[in-house]
Amino acid sequence: MCATPGVMPLLRLRPAERGRKILRRDAAQLSDEALLEAVADADEQALGELYDRFGRPAYGLALRILRDAALAEDAVQEAFLQVWRGAGGYRPERAKASTWVLTFVHRRAVDLVRREERRRGEPAESLPEQLTPGADEAAITRSRREIVQDALSRLPADQREAIQLAYYGGLTQTELAERLNQPLGTIKSRMFTGLQRLQTLLVESGFERA
Amino acid sequence: MSSELHELVAPYALDALDADERDRFERHLAECERCSAQLADLQEAAGALAFAAEGPDPPASLRDRILETARAESAGKVIAFPRRRWALPAVATVAAAAACLAVGLGIWATSLSRSLDRERSAKDSYARAIELVGEGAQVRPLANAEGGLLVARGGGDAALVVCGLSPAPPGKTYEAWVIEGKTPRPAGLFRGGAGCPPVLLDRDVPAGAIVAVTLEPKGGVQKPTGPILVRSEAA
Repeated sequence: MCATPGVMPLLRLRPAERGRKILRRDAAQLSDEALLEAVADADEQALGELYDRFGRPAYGLALRILRDAALAEDAVQEAFLQVWRGAGGYRPERAKASTWVLTFVHRRAVDLVRREERRRGEPAESLPEQLTPGADEAAITRSRREIVQDALSRLPADQREAIQLAYYGGLTQTELAERLNQPLGTIKSRMFTGLQRLQTLLVESGFERA
Repeated sequence: MSSELHELVAPYALDALDADERDRFERHLAECERCSAQLADLQEAAGALAFAAEGPDPPASLRDRILETARAESAGKVIAFPRRRWALPAVATVAAAAACLAVGLGIWATSLSRSLDRERSAKDSYARAIELVGEGAQVRPLANAEGGLLVARGGGDAALVVCGLSPAPPGKTYEAWVIEGKTPRPAGLFRGGAGCPPVLLDRDVPAGAIVAVTLEPKGGVQKPTGPILVRSEAA
């Protein structure tokens, strides 16, 4: 039933597909986008460098959503492996590399938190608290964090609330509508207007260059 | 209906859709240029939100584990890492999955025992796959390859364990599909390899759907172009 002759002899190739190898110090010189291209060529050092750039925000995000270190590690690990397997599908004209990578992390963490809540049979708790940053935080990520936190704080409260509960709390739009006792349409438009405004604020504040 | 789907772009960017809504929107997205353009901007903003959540450093072991697993996947091996949290239940569930396989896949189990290495690889794959989809996952056999499809209890998350696919050649990738009725939807890319590396599917597997694998151009495609190499049996 399982091992049919059709599948096994398929494509006998050279043992491992090894694209052009880049040295570690070279990987550090690449743009995020070029780094993903190297990851698509199965370059492990490029994957390591990608983790060095985004592992920290990835873990912070997963921990904020999951509130459990072991689960957060699982989410980050699986997301980076999805990136490893699927980097060939990355299209630089559609998204920044950081956005693309962190989207995997977010999706995985949200799927996990929903699964955990189903398992425990508990509704989502209140908005997760702000975690204290590590003392040795790199300057570049601190400034990104500050810029985004500042932009968030400048959104109207109802838009900020919808975005935070969805993004950091893992709530679906339907759960949000129930929790906030608002029509679904209102929730959707708060998310839309809020994200658009956030994007404008980020561009104005030079988030790109941070 | 169509305008209703346009409105899902912001909740989609925030991952605030349930599995069905996500699915419907992704189908719409493939055909709606306006939504694709809007989504790019909104996702940029949503992605930036990740940086506001920065907290403590991840444990140093996480980097090693990711790289080691990636390397092992390329080499066609699977490493099951001990879990800190569900260690005992996971072992029990692997045993249960193995028992289920022994009953459901008698022939497969017999052929497995011919090679200890292979057995170990398959067992580790199942252990890892169960970590991915949760305990109590249902195991469905594959119709034309060694391995199985694990679907989370109550539907949803699914992982594919498929053994013996040669590594995808340069410029090609394996692509998984979730097929409901006659509509295949892309469910993730993978490289293949000599062992049985488990692949977490990007897409939920609803009751009655099957999962198939084709070989496609690097980067994947929206509709399958290659023949079906592997497919799961219906639940």
